[in-house]
Amino acid sequence: MLILRCPYCGVETDETDLQGGGQAHLKREGPGSSDDDFEDYLFMRENPKGVHFERWRHVYGCGKWFLAARCTNTLEVFGTYPAQTLEPPQEIKDKITAKRPGWSWGTFQ
Amino acid sequence: MSTRLASQGRLINKDKAVAFTFNGKHLQGFEGDTLASALLANDQMLIGRSFKYHRPRGVVASGAEEPNGLVNLGKGASFEPNARVTTTELFEGLTATSQNHWPTLEFDVGAINTQLSRFLPAGFYYKMFMYPRSFWKHVYEPIIRKSAGLGKAPKDRDHDTYEHFHTHVDVLVVGGGIAGLAAAKAAGERGARVLLIEQTADWGGRAVVDTPTVDGIPAQEWINNTIQVLENMHNVDMRLRCMGAGVYDHGYTLAYERLTDHAPGDEGPRHRLWCIRAKQIVTATGAIERPLSFAANDLPGVLLASAVRDYAVNFGVSIGDRTVVVTNNDDAYRTAIVLKEAGLDVPVIVDARVQAEGELIDRARALGIRVEMGKGVASVKGGKRVTGVALCAQAGEGAVLEEIDCDCVAMSGGWSPVVHLWSHCGGKLDWDADQVMFRPDPERAPTGADGQAFVITAGVANGHLFTAEAVSDGWAAGRAAAKAAGYTKRGAQAPMGEDAAEGPISPVWLMPQGARHALRAKAWLDFQNDVKVSDVQLAAQEGFESVEHAKRYTTLGMATDQGKLSNINGLAILSQSLNADIPNVGTTTFRPPYTPISMASIAGVARDDLFQPIRMTPVSEWSNNNGADNEPVGQWRRPFAYVRPGESVQTAVNREVKNTRENLGLLDASTLGKLIVKGPDAGKFLDMMYTNMMSTLPVGKCRYGLMCSENGFLSDDGVVVRMAEDTWLCHTTTGGAEHIHAHMEDWLQCEWWDWKVYVANVTEQYAQIAVVGPHARKLLRKLGGMDVSAEALPFMQWREGKIGDFDARVFRISFSGELSYEIAVPAGQGAAFWEALMEAGEEFGIMPYGTETLHILRAEKGFIMIGDETDGTVIPQDLNLQWALSKKKEDYLGKRAHERSHMADPDRWKLVGLATEDGSVLPDGAYAIAEGENANGQRNTQGRVTSTYYSANLERGIAMGLVHKGPERMGEVIEFNKVDGTTVRAKIVDPVFYDKDGEKQNV
Ligand SMILES: [Zn+2]
Repeated sequence: MLILRCPYCGVETDETDLQGGGQAHLKREGPGSSDDDFEDYLFMRENPKGVHFERWRHVYGCGKWFLAARCTNTLEVFGTYPAQTLEPPQEIKDKITAKRPGWSWGTFQ
Repeated sequence: MSTRLASQGRLINKDKAVAFTFNGKHLQGFEGDTLASALLANDQMLIGRSFKYHRPRGVVASGAEEPNGLVNLGKGASFEPNARVTTTELFEGLTATSQNHWPTLEFDVGAINTQLSRFLPAGFYYKMFMYPRSFWKHVYEPIIRKSAGLGKAPKDRDHDTYEHFHTHVDVLVVGGGIAGLAAAKAAGERGARVLLIEQTADWGGRAVVDTPTVDGIPAQEWINNTIQVLENMHNVDMRLRCMGAGVYDHGYTLAYERLTDHAPGDEGPRHRLWCIRAKQIVTATGAIERPLSFAANDLPGVLLASAVRDYAVNFGVSIGDRTVVVTNNDDAYRTAIVLKEAGLDVPVIVDARVQAEGELIDRARALGIRVEMGKGVASVKGGKRVTGVALCAQAGEGAVLEEIDCDCVAMSGGWSPVVHLWSHCGGKLDWDADQVMFRPDPERAPTGADGQAFVITAGVANGHLFTAEAVSDGWAAGRAAAKAAGYTKRGAQAPMGEDAAEGPISPVWLMPQGARHALRAKAWLDFQNDVKVSDVQLAAQEGFESVEHAKRYTTLGMATDQGKLSNINGLAILSQSLNADIPNVGTTTFRPPYTPISMASIAGVARDDLFQPIRMTPVSEWSNNNGADNEPVGQWRRPFAYVRPGESVQTAVNREVKNTRENLGLLDASTLGKLIVKGPDAGKFLDMMYTNMMSTLPVGKCRYGLMCSENGFLSDDGVVVRMAEDTWLCHTTTGGAEHIHAHMEDWLQCEWWDWKVYVANVTEQYAQIAVVGPHARKLLRKLGGMDVSAEALPFMQWREGKIGDFDARVFRISFSGELSYEIAVPAGQGAAFWEALMEAGEEFGIMPYGTETLHILRAEKGFIMIGDETDGTVIPQDLNLQWALSKKKEDYLGKRAHERSHMADPDRWKLVGLATEDGSVLPDGAYAIAEGENANGQRNTQGRVTSTYYSANLERGIAMGLVHKGPERMGEVIEFNKVDGTTVRAKIVDPVFYDKDGEKQNV
């Protein structure tokens, strides 16, 4: 029962008001992509014990999708940010670096 | 015998007798008794039978940790199995019966298992019930079923009410002993909003029994004063009979309050589930005494030393006249002292420690009690009841030195802090070798969203077993919790506790240390599940080295008490067997709830009409008044058929099916999803959502569309309508509106966020009614309004205008193959429009029809249904829908996936019609059998039935199915399995059974 802050309406919201959407920052592969790239896009997911980026929707609130950076091990939330971005904002990355020096996730660090 | 003492009993009111029954016997207790204390006061020592060997079992403990005292409580609508006698407060008229025995508690046939125990070792079920396969059905399963489970499920509907309660607090304090009280006071004084909960009916925990002093006054007095102070604090709430059940992410906590279990006649809910968000949680949950492992330690009359003391002090009940105390620590001497001072006999204190000194030992000796150091119990004597003990040297193998008569054994193996709530959300433990216990490691506390600890453990639960430390630790925890929650006001000083000084404990995991196998095979670890020292040793020997594996193999700690007494002892035996240190073997995972909670409290008010919202269409009321036999479709209730008086449902369906084809039918299609997709990029967006091209659909026209997931599997279908240059209306399946809307939002928000598109779900804004059948046009002409001729409104087109006096959008679409108009009117006019159609249609033989007729009509036409022909593994190509996959579009959801090798495999099962040779209806979901067997020895299959109905129009069964290379095998006959073991032959045919050229819908 996590509490996450919806970056759109500013509400600190209970997990019961949210819908999880799995891993964030997936790059869509369409026609013309290789079998390997398409397989990665469809099926291969990060499963870290530590820093992770996830999709969440404020489904029983404003209805907007947002992204959350959090630690799956300690349940610490580093921050949430709107979904309309290809990578986490620098401010969030700095916050993670301060707490988890040397972290990396996919191509981010 | 166990009996009531003349003196003592701080919790009972001897002026108020309470009558109750046990196994039909009429007994009497007092107000303030638990069922356990009342049974013991009546010398009812034998209370149940153990799970596996059906051994006679009596009460061992006095609280929530009790493993044996489980009974059936109440009758009929208030029947409840597995009620724990130690936590059941006595009330007038209580009826209890013992469980897990046959035919009677005193004479139980299953007890023969104990003679067979040599043949029922650890992992017995896994080893034995493997082969031969045929034994499963006729021998093993019936035996296992008969002996499985504790208690019986209630037969009647529960007549009580239950509720949830949601609250937010700064500091939640779990446990109302002296540490919890001190914590609540410290946090309350600092201004924090505090909730203090205690699982029992009384404040004070163990201190009220063990009578230390706090702040120079007796504990009871200090407790009373503190409660008064807390009650006067407006920011502190207190709840008794409220158990901290589980701690979850970010301070979410569940607590379980038992409001009327002790007073069943009272008004209001029986149980309340508290859903608490706490900024900080203090777990002052105390500790549980451990049993000692010696032979026959499971006999009725062997109890925890603290329990013997509790029964005497709290309830004035003596378990026996002569009590032998067996211990490895000083605390158990308190029991000997209490009993001796109550005038009872304590023939000996058997202390396994070679040497021990301390205030309590001195006091016991001064009372004239014999103390034997370095000794142990070789075995307990007796059948259904303790009659004596055999003493031995603790260091030896169990050679008997002396036998002593007694009718009670009080054992203490030391104390284990209750670390459950600390551990639920990730708090870690340290092994404290000096005190022989796992205790919370404050450096590795559960952390919240800010990365900081949100649970602080306090008092005895924190490993501070002695009053002075426990009470000041509780105070410090309350202060720290308030501070962490943002409250820094100054409060009073820490309370000072004082207690008899105790010497060190010495670990004793087996008594005697070198006990022979015969003794180890009778030394119980888990009383409820019948796990013995020898079982855990066998598990280790057989390679179950992980504590989690050993637990499951032996069932240690898997009973309803979840190993509250057995875990640490079992773990110690396992680590000895593995030659490893206890901390290296580790503990099993502590999972919520701390003690079982009622299923009804989890449901709360979500039952009957409030179980879930029922969605109604504007026509639902009319349908319900006119014979609707409803079926659930998502949260909707749709008429399956409109049944007339004297008709069966099947007759009604047959009538509706024929009438719609021959005359005129009316369908409430309001549940179909309706999504408006609008904006400059709406066409481009829909081209990605659907497999076919929607951007080129002209205004005024309709097109059937398919949706796939990125995996390529069919997810939804429906008719898409071009309403205006920048506006489309997408119809979805009945259950699909919400999730297809969400699916569109996901792609718009997260992938193509720069596309200018807006999606609105208008499903409930319109009533949609299908007017279907050869007379459909005549009916609409009679009502008047817009031109509905074939020329003005051709098939697969739509127009907006008036039908009669109603504002309407009329779609010339057909899911039945008949001449059909689907007409949407504003929801508020839906009921009036439906009634106008019914009235005007009378001369054309109009009849409403339900979902079953809808299904049959579409199946006669070979139209697929999402959820019947699809199941999440079916692609459009499987259903011969290649025509709906655009070749012109570069991309759409699912396009790339369809190029994957398995999707393009020519061996996939494909849609065909199936016609049984005898005209019968194929069983739904039946498999078509093929030659040979697969690797598991199962018959090979070559297809399955996806839709199957009786068609009244064709007067035979019709079906669709997916068959290996089906479309290439037209005319071939294949066999389908029936559940009775026989098969039925069906010919592979075209799935279109009716009006193959589609002339009837296009007139
Ligand atoms: Zn929001």
